[in-house]
Amino acid sequence: MAIEIRMPAVSPSMTEGSIARWLKKVGETVKPGDILAEIETDKAVVELEAEYAGVLGKILVKDGTQNVQVDALIALLLEPGENVSALVQPGAAAPKQAAQATKEEVAVVTAVALLAPAASNVGASGRILVSPLARRIAAARPVDLTRIKGSGPNGRIVRLDVEAAPATSMSSVPASLPSGAYEEIPNSSMRRMIAKRLSEAKQTIPHFYVSIDCSIDALLELRREISDCPEDIKLSVNDFVIKAASLALRKLPGVNATWTEAAIRRYKSVDVSVAVSTSSGLVTPIIKNADHKSLAQISSEMKELAERGRHNKLAQDEYQGGGFTISNLGMYGIREFAAIINPPQSCILAVGAGEQRAVVKDGTLGIATMMTCTLSADHRVVDGALGAEFLAAFKKLIEHPLSMLL
Amino acid sequence: MAESSFDIVVIGAGPGGYVAAIRAAQLGLKVAIVEREHIGGICLNWGCIPTKALLKSAEVLRLAQHADAYGIEVPKASFNLAQVVKRSRSISAQLQSGVKHLLKKHKVIVFEGQGKLAGKGQVMVGKDGKTIADLTAHHIILATGARARVIPGMEADGKLVWSYKEAMIPEAMPKSLLVVGSGAIGIEFASFYRTLGAEVTVVEVMERILPVEDAEISLLARKSFEKQGIKVLTSATVKSLKRGAKQVTATVESAGKTSEISVDRVIVAVGISANTENLGLEGTKVRIEKGHVVVNQWLETNEPGVYAIGDLTLPPWLAHKASHEAVICVEKIAGVSGVHPLDVLKIPGCTYSHPQIASIGLSEQRAKEAGYAIKVGRFPFLANGKAIAIGETEGLVKTIFDVKTGELLGAHMIGADVTELIQGYAIAKTLETSEAELINTVFPHPTLSEMMHESVLDAYGRVVHF
Repeated sequence: MAIEIRMPAVSPSMTEGSIARWLKKVGETVKPGDILAEIETDKAVVELEAEYAGVLGKILVKDGTQNVQVDALIALLLEPGENVSALVQPGAAAPKQAAQATKEEVAVVTAVALLAPAASNVGASGRILVSPLARRIAAARPVDLTRIKGSGPNGRIVRLDVEAAPATSMSSVPASLPSGAYEEIPNSSMRRMIAKRLSEAKQTIPHFYVSIDCSIDALLELRREISDCPEDIKLSVNDFVIKAASLALRKLPGVNATWTEAAIRRYKSVDVSVAVSTSSGLVTPIIKNADHKSLAQISSEMKELAERGRHNKLAQDEYQGGGFTISNLGMYGIREFAAIINPPQSCILAVGAGEQRAVVKDGTLGIATMMTCTLSADHRVVDGALGAEFLAAFKKLIEHPLSMLL
Repeated sequence: MAESSFDIVVIGAGPGGYVAAIRAAQLGLKVAIVEREHIGGICLNWGCIPTKALLKSAEVLRLAQHADAYGIEVPKASFNLAQVVKRSRSISAQLQSGVKHLLKKHKVIVFEGQGKLAGKGQVMVGKDGKTIADLTAHHIILATGARARVIPGMEADGKLVWSYKEAMIPEAMPKSLLVVGSGAIGIEFASFYRTLGAEVTVVEVMERILPVEDAEISLLARKSFEKQGIKVLTSATVKSLKRGAKQVTATVESAGKTSEISVDRVIVAVGISANTENLGLEGTKVRIEKGHVVVNQWLETNEPGVYAIGDLTLPPWLAHKASHEAVICVEKIAGVSGVHPLDVLKIPGCTYSHPQIASIGLSEQRAKEAGYAIKVGRFPFLANGKAIAIGETEGLVKTIFDVKTGELLGAHMIGADVTELIQGYAIAKTLETSEAELINTVFPHPTLSEMMHESVLDAYGRVVHF
């Protein structure tokens, strides 16, 4: 029997991903550990390693295919002595398929729409309820079991369901629509994940907002001094913001928390996610234990993570699991904005641009460089007073930057 | 005035009809059932059940006759035919009252009379030429079953030429018996009468007995019956029956040769005819083809609101098929989700002769004809510890698998208790197991069921005890 290669679940929350590209061609010999393909998940590109030796017999899901369900059959690896012809189904010879590509693409779109209530057969454990016979028939055709609605007891997929389902297509490029009023840009899996998570966050989390103006003249002065040091360390304002936020979080752990039905979960470490925009969306690499790291460490780590984030090269644990997020649009001259909470976190700090403003201090009008920060907080976890306390602590650190170095 | 408006009216209270009524009641539907003769239908009054009672008597006699083989001394075992028949009849009576009780328990209203369609959603119940009730129903399920098929010249006369009914209540033992037809019914009567001492000849028009069974099983059955002294004539037709005063002379043509057989009694068991008459089907859209009502997979006839189940429809003509269709039909009417059509390849069939025969799915030949590449497993009773221990070493368990998917395409068994064993394979087929699950299943030792395991192992070259 050929070895089935299935769409891996890179993270527990992952339900689907895209095949970015295949690195092995059909007919190529594969050793365990060889990279077969790059899989694009919600926020990163991961490499799919071969677990077994063999020859790549058939690629069932082509480069660029999106919305591939976890556990879907994506390729078949032949064991020594097995023949490719054994995998080819009668009447489904490869050249014929190529010739019918356009037709098939249209058909696929229809098929997907028809099968929309997908994954209903997937139990809470993630196990697909399917009869042994249906599973074998599905593997041979091939049919993606995760897209079939089972008609058996408890939604179990039975033979009839598999036989009635269209075979998994070799391509799922959306059908091109007649041009005119608009252009459609296919959603990347990252785009869809952003859409899903943020809609969910804004719709289900009771957001409230508190803003504060921070004077950053002292901070800018300190930054200049540091950059003049022979160590040649270039710190950004954002590095200070990360540091200040992490120290404020340590002081007020109630902010570094998550809502669950049973309890509010307070994190023991201060892991700060930082939003980084990329060409296809945004990623939130994490500075772990930021409260214990020096500004220089934070700075170099941030540069490195942002760079990899922009190229979709982050490992899963590098962008999942932070307790608090910072989003900074200051570089665009944004004065202030309110961000949407990044679940399951309960707060996000929106940082605006540092700009010279007229300020009244001790009864006289003066000029100061001010930066407005807005905290979006989940009211289930953080009450107004706590949010205010957090911003006050944050402001104090920003305005007295030397205290961050203690 | 009795209730006359129902969600469902079922005509016929056999194993199709009464199960339909009970299932409908369980689903909260208001249901009535109309029966012209006896609750429980042919199955438990004049079919499945009373014949099993007779065959049990035969089995006890056989065991008593062979008791010495087990070290038990039984002084000349004999039987009392009247008592054998009486026992069989009392069991039918007991079960009939059981079904009546079940219907009552489920508040199914029973109308004793002849049910007939009388316009859209209307059923007229007649008795002795009078209308005793006019019922209205959203859905009408026809479940009137079938009767023995009659071939001109071979009509049962109740004296010399019997149908199943007379054969079940003999007043005296015939010394010689001709059984026309070697389906399950013919073979069971042949087995019963042979065990009780009659000289039995079976005539089958096809080239082998039990023609629906796998050819290998059919051949083993023939050998076993012949060893017991039953004469078997295949590819043979009864040309005529000459009825004398006490004997019948049958002219049998076989392989171009004609011979005459004189016997005390003839049992005609050449299939069934559906009871489609007097149902008021004329003028409805209900279609009848080859004597049977045409239905779709949900048992709907072409007439909206009229359904047909069981022997009225297509084969196999088995009580459990009727009961299962009843459930599908009613659940579909009630809008139960997840109802699947009946797959005939998942319906087991049993013949309760000695030896017993049971099967499910495709025979080896039919599997090949259907284009499957197959693996065949066989395991003989001779190699099974339990079979040897109970002195039942005659028999075989044969399994047929699809090479490509590992699907159990068919299972065919002959030997002791196989009618009780076959449901293991029926479950396997319904759950859509492959050979792997059957191989991984633990079968208890020592049992006859171990042969079911070994047969699967044999199909995959892994048989242990043979």
